[in-house]
Amino acid sequence: MENFVTGILINGLLIGTLYAIIALGYTMVYGVLQLINFAHSEVFLTGGVVAFEIFRVLSPAPGAEPGTGMNPYLVFAVALVTAIVVCGALNIVIERLAYRPLRNAPKLVPLISAIGVSLILQDVIKLLEGFQGRFQLAVNVPGAFTRTVFTVADTNVKGIDLTLLIVAAVMLFGLNRLVNHSRVGRAIRAVAQDRVTAGLMGIDSNRMISLTFLIGGALGGVGGVLFALKFPNLDPYSGTIPGIKAFSAAVLGGIGSIPGAVLGGLVLGIIENFLGSLSGLVFIFPKLAFLGAIKAEYKDVGAFIALIVILIFKPSGLLGRNATEKV
Amino acid sequence: MTASLLRPKKAGPDAPDRTLWLVAYTLLTGLLLFWGSGRLDPGTKFNSVVLSFVFAAFLGSLLLAYQWRANGAVKVLVGVFVLIFVVPDIGRGNGSFFDLAIQMCIFAALALGLNIVVGQAGLLDLGYVAFFAVGAYLWGIFGSGQFQGIVKSDLPFVPLGVGDWLIPLLLTLAGVAGYLWMKAIDRAHPGSLKPRGGQRAARAFSVLLIVIGVVGILVLVATLINAAITSHYNGQPAALSALASGINPNFFWLFIILAVAVAAIAGVLIGLPVLKLKGDYLAIVTLGLGEVIRVFANNLTKYTSGPQGISGVTTAPVSLLDKLAGALGFPPEQFKLFFLYFLVLLVIGVVITVNVRLSRSNIGRAWVAIREDEIAAQAMGVPLVRTKIMAFATGASFAGVMGVIFAAKQQFISPESFTFFQSISVLTMVILGGMGNIAGVILGAAVVTLLNLSILTALSETLQALPNFNSNLDPAKYNRLIFGAILVLMMLFRPEGLLPSARQKIMMHENDDTDPALDSLNDDGAIGGALGTGAPGMPDVTSPGQATSAENTPIDRTGGRQ
Amino acid sequence: MKKLGLSTLTLGALSLGVLALGSANAATVIKIASMSPLTGSSSDLGLQIRNATELAIRDNKSAFTALGFDLQFVAYDDQADPTTGTANARRIAADNSILAMVGTLNSGVVIPSSEVLAPSHVAIVSPANTNPKVTDRGLANMNRICARDDSQGPAGADYLVSTLKAKRVYVLNDKTPYGQGLADAAEAFMKTKSATIVASEGTEEKSDFSSIIGKIKASKADAIYFGGLYGQVGPFSKQLREAGVSIPVMGGDGYDSPDLLSLAGAGAKDIYFTTVAPPLTAVPAARVLSSRYNAAYKKPLAGFGIMGYDSAKVVISGVLSAIKANGNKLPTRTQVETAIRGTKLSAGLLTGAIDFNSVGDRTSAKMYIIQVKNSAAGKLDFSTAGTVTVKSSKQ
Repeated sequence: MENFVTGILINGLLIGTLYAIIALGYTMVYGVLQLINFAHSEVFLTGGVVAFEIFRVLSPAPGAEPGTGMNPYLVFAVALVTAIVVCGALNIVIERLAYRPLRNAPKLVPLISAIGVSLILQDVIKLLEGFQGRFQLAVNVPGAFTRTVFTVADTNVKGIDLTLLIVAAVMLFGLNRLVNHSRVGRAIRAVAQDRVTAGLMGIDSNRMISLTFLIGGALGGVGGVLFALKFPNLDPYSGTIPGIKAFSAAVLGGIGSIPGAVLGGLVLGIIENFLGSLSGLVFIFPKLAFLGAIKAEYKDVGAFIALIVILIFKPSGLLGRNATEKV
Repeated sequence: MTASLLRPKKAGPDAPDRTLWLVAYTLLTGLLLFWGSGRLDPGTKFNSVVLSFVFAAFLGSLLLAYQWRANGAVKVLVGVFVLIFVVPDIGRGNGSFFDLAIQMCIFAALALGLNIVVGQAGLLDLGYVAFFAVGAYLWGIFGSGQFQGIVKSDLPFVPLGVGDWLIPLLLTLAGVAGYLWMKAIDRAHPGSLKPRGGQRAARAFSVLLIVIGVVGILVLVATLINAAITSHYNGQPAALSALASGINPNFFWLFIILAVAVAAIAGVLIGLPVLKLKGDYLAIVTLGLGEVIRVFANNLTKYTSGPQGISGVTTAPVSLLDKLAGALGFPPEQFKLFFLYFLVLLVIGVVITVNVRLSRSNIGRAWVAIREDEIAAQAMGVPLVRTKIMAFATGASFAGVMGVIFAAKQQFISPESFTFFQSISVLTMVILGGMGNIAGVILGAAVVTLLNLSILTALSETLQALPNFNSNLDPAKYNRLIFGAILVLMMLFRPEGLLPSARQKIMMHENDDTDPALDSLNDDGAIGGALGTGAPGMPDVTSPGQATSAENTPIDRTGGRQ
Repeated sequence: MKKLGLSTLTLGALSLGVLALGSANAATVIKIASMSPLTGSSSDLGLQIRNATELAIRDNKSAFTALGFDLQFVAYDDQADPTTGTANARRIAADNSILAMVGTLNSGVVIPSSEVLAPSHVAIVSPANTNPKVTDRGLANMNRICARDDSQGPAGADYLVSTLKAKRVYVLNDKTPYGQGLADAAEAFMKTKSATIVASEGTEEKSDFSSIIGKIKASKADAIYFGGLYGQVGPFSKQLREAGVSIPVMGGDGYDSPDLLSLAGAGAKDIYFTTVAPPLTAVPAARVLSSRYNAAYKKPLAGFGIMGYDSAKVVISGVLSAIKANGNKLPTRTQVETAIRGTKLSAGLLTGAIDFNSVGDRTSAKMYIIQVKNSAAGKLDFSTAGTVTVKSSKQ
């Protein structure tokens, strides 16, 4: 019983951390532009594809002599840096081409443009990998990351899980420093609050928005690399579902709020894992046979219903502030 | 003003009369179409890509009849000629064009429904295809052997226990109480735009109660109907075996009407909890709910057969029409398409009429008002939630009707037809054609359907015939890329769509000439200009369009189009 | 200005017409179509069917040229979507030079498409549609060379219960018509054999299986039957083994791809599956085909490719015998349909002799039970654990 519940919590926490990292990218952009960057799910997937390519080229092939090839942590670092650069640049380009010209258009317009970019990127990834004869990408994860480090209550905690937690903590701390305790962060916040006034104060709002997209893309890249290591099986469409869930997590926590995104991600991950595991309680308490009807399939339903309920009762999310509407 | 073809627009009263041109164009493209499909000379057949384009060009005569100034009677004649005579006749020789035409009409009706939600009321619904699924499954279950299976699994009849009806009844009562409570809260705080604190929590709770109540009513009604049906067939094996291929197919007509109601109820149910949300939140939640409906269709195996889908869906027998089709030389296997084609034309006629009437009614104006400015509309006395729910329900009902017809046409439905990407396709149609404009939306639906089901397929057919063709370059593989590019390019260069409504066009270009970095200052061109000129450190503020933007905005763009 | 627009249009229409005239043709063309998803998440499998059909047609072109026909291949993409599938089917019906079709991958697509093609008598030979409904509707044009869910499912289940002595089985499916049909058939069979089904559920999840694995651990199951495709089962087994669960995983021919091994990594050990396609290592002909396929398409051949190749072979031999029966003249579609249903092939096929019963199912097929285990070279690979002969219940 304890093992089962602990397993749910640990696994929920890990997937929740991934959602949180992706959610940070959504929340940064939304905070500044009030735009759901639908393309973020593909930006993050691009990070995963970059990781796939780097590990394919630099890591020893599976089954090779142990100890040969590059140090796995070094490869990981290379993948991380490349993904940050690629995804950050990609996000800036997207903003420059598809969102900036629409900045004064009615709100629906950039949103639809974002959906379009997301569809385009899916097929571009498919095209690029398709030319090399691949569709489903099996990431060549180094053994160092899949090795079990320790076991809590019958649940194996692996190298990648620890990496995930450490990277997430570093990112949360760093992002918080950057946004709340630096000049650049203050400028970004000023632009988020009132673009025109910020302009009058001498802040180049376009540069700040580009910077936000750079940060958002970089976060997406890191998320993509970690996702590719944790779930080493990608295809051009596998960004969508985690993307939607991460956005839900951002909304759940209060969009625009950095700790909120993290909290939302963790809560969503645990809710989801709990719902997916609910029918398993039958094995421990045979009397709860009715729970057997709640199949794993309904876990996404549960995640969305949780989102709706929170939005009805607390539209600004768990940690969001109630913004008064400017008329 | 460049060539009018790329930017078609409704001709004003001073435009030259083009009756002759219209007739000539229609006849010419019609002739080409007949020639190309081998009807004039069996030896001549166009390449399928060319034929697809010719078919598109021929349908274009409808657009021209709509756009050009020409004799009214001739316009009607062209419409009748194209839709009633030529398309069925081409379909007789080549069933794929029949199927294509029906599919176009189905998507046009879907797009018109979504247009009410997105285009008119400005609510971005990314799960629209859910309502289509509701209609399709409604007839799919009753119009096939599925219904017999459901009844069989419920037999023998067990009389309802107290709990079976009492619990939903109590939930219903809770819903009624919630409704009264909400009314009381609203009465106690008249005129408050934004309820706060405890009052807001209470109101949210009452809304939740209402939702529970609605679910209660549905469960109650479903339980009672279910009990009635099961007791009816209890011990009646003859009646039960008559259900082998569904209920009496003449009920098809009733189900078309019923689908309107059921889809509208689904629209209200989904709309009620989420419509208080702002634009982007609404988008993501409707996306989720669309998925939820698909997941239910995938998992309620008893009713929907899950992923296996329902096969053998029937249509109403129309012996008269079949005889007519037979007399006109249609092969028997096309009788059904023949019937569905005219049915779909009829339904789309009704849908267009309803759309036009609605957009000119109070409710239509209320939709536009909340799209433009929710708070101002509310201040002017537009009931926000009710208006939004109306938009959701109306849009949903169109999809519901078309779902029934879709199920009848496909004879088979499964959750695969109702994915998120389908919702996006319908959205693409609305955007491409022009949000808020009926003719535009129909054009968008026709173009996207033609592209997806005819032109791209034909193109890939042709390209594959080339030796050593790399199948990675097959354009049909990249329909997401194409749809995505349509969405982005339209948003960048022509957000009002191919055939814009006058109002959308003005709105979308309101701030065109201003610099993106500035919003409100530029509306007041003088200040922006004064600050912008030469202020150091603020390169953003200068903008070439500045000086003219103020006088440019309203006058030029409204000229000649009211 | 506006007149200019109109004249441009007229000109355009005219030039289109001229262009079209140029492409009119004279020779007697016979086309064989394939239809499978070339886009979307199952495109990998769909491409196998498409490419293998193309390969088979290329191999047999000369037989047709000798008779004065030009055999051509045309591929359709159904995007795994029933609507697109029926639209394609209508195009196929309208193109009179197409005599038969190989496809599809998804039962959900082939069911409505075959309804559309039935009145035009375009014969279909399916390499992959295992749902019983596909042939149970009794259409004259619908045939398949793969095993039905209700013979493949029980075959796998029987191996699980009788040979591997499983007592408590956890049943999963991927929520596709294929996976669910297979899992349901297996589950029904195991219930008749004193095995306990501890749970049965579906999942569309592609990456995070932790909650299901948690439940499997809690259920103390000693075997898993997972009706699904390798793309999902691969990552599932990987995570399952990494969580320390080593019980056997059994499935159907949807596992049959070398990608299963790369996706599951070390977790592929003790995955079992049933298939009528012989393992590449066992049949020399399959090895030859595999290397030719690899040369032509830069991808390894998988089970669906083998099935696609044999389906195309059945179609080609059907068309050829229809031509012969018609005195070396172009046969009608009905003649081809009859010839294909009457197929009796024993040589030259990879999956053994093929003949169809009255509804288009194979009368009997040798089914392989494949196990993933360490090969002599110390690498995980497919190896044959047993064979079963399944016979259709109808004649």
